[in-house]
Amino acid sequence: MIESDSFVQALQDIGFDFFTGVPDSILGGIIATLVERRLYTPAVREDEAVAMAAGAYMAGKVPTVLMQNSGLGTSLNTLISLNLIYRQPCLLLISWRGFQGQDAPEHLVMGQSMTQLLDAVRIPHRTFTEQSAVDDFKWTAQTFMKMHVPVALLLKKGVVKGIQP
Amino acid sequence: MRPEEGTIQSRSRAIEAVMSLITDQLVIICNGFPSREAFHLADRPQNFYMIGSMGVAPAIGLGVALSKPEKKVIVLDGDGNVLMGMGTLATVGALRPKNFVHVVFDNEVYGSTGNQPTFSRVVRLDQVAKAAGYVNVERVHEREDLVYEFKDMLAKEGPSMLLVKVTDQADDVGRVLLEPPDITQRFKKAIE
Ligand SMILES: Cc1ncc(C[n+]2csc(CCOP(=O)(O)OP(=O)(O)O)c2C)c(N)n1
Ligand SMILES: [Mg+2]
Repeated sequence: MIESDSFVQALQDIGFDFFTGVPDSILGGIIATLVERRLYTPAVREDEAVAMAAGAYMAGKVPTVLMQNSGLGTSLNTLISLNLIYRQPCLLLISWRGFQGQDAPEHLVMGQSMTQLLDAVRIPHRTFTEQSAVDDFKWTAQTFMKMHVPVALLLKKGVVKGIQP
Repeated sequence: MRPEEGTIQSRSRAIEAVMSLITDQLVIICNGFPSREAFHLADRPQNFYMIGSMGVAPAIGLGVALSKPEKKVIVLDGDGNVLMGMGTLATVGALRPKNFVHVVFDNEVYGSTGNQPTFSRVVRLDQVAKAAGYVNVERVHEREDLVYEFKDMLAKEGPSMLLVKVTDQADDVGRVLLEPPDITQRFKKAIE
């Protein structure tokens, strides 16, 4: 398991300096670290967070949006009709609830279809693991810079240390 | 339905009045006719037209305002848009960006899709903003009051909301004649 402190530091090292989103338990440790470092701006909905990140991007920031994968449903229209159409990049840090059907019922459909949904709208994505962390961050930075679209890193439970590990 | 008593100016007249008072401020405009009218009346590189996503213009403005505290950010919005993204009133009220001015053109309809009534006739969006924590909130009908209050809000610390009651009349203007990626690049450069 990676400490959320080193995870956040790695994101800062590749340039990310504006963080917003809506919490999920899997993201709890990362958000706590971001709050501690005074880098986190809370949002009330994921589409709002995505739009706030777009504004921050145009004002010179390099933004990350944290969300549970249910929030992908909430923010899909903004990702499509703002980020993709206007070519505004951001990093989406999405927690993968409902992975392999092992979760509460409300997460199962999204857990199963999230990657297809991302593929369908052509948002590049990659599942983050401890073993591939260095490559994952490298891929994130490169894809973000090259394509000018949202890029998603998917986080399964237990990969980055949460509030309750 | 008849407009609220005292409402005399159209949205485009009100947009024109607001834009004539703007100097170097950054302006984000919501989707639908407000963006079209603003584009045709007063296009400038510091304008960002949100032609797609409904309800998120204030969230975009908030992202800009928080990242550039030294610049004044003006959001031109519609009542239907505000109702759709009403949670953002809370975010603005809680984060309290001093450089944020939210102007809502309230015609009590979804004007851009054929004047279907919205709830703004019964739900007072200015009072919602006040309750959410906006520091200055005004509701105006006439051009003179609009000019006075908007000037005042440009000078004051916000967040501020100016709700302008307008008629449901729309100008016969075409679409925003810019490609979205160009809108992004132009606006990004104007902020630098
Ligand atoms: C998510 C979404 N739903 C519906 C629409 C269709 N739509 C475009 S503009 C608009 C009305 C906007 O109303 P308001 O903010 O009051 O602006 P007005 O046109 O009245 O000035 C609607 C419903 C849309 N663009 N996006
Ligand atoms: Mg309206």
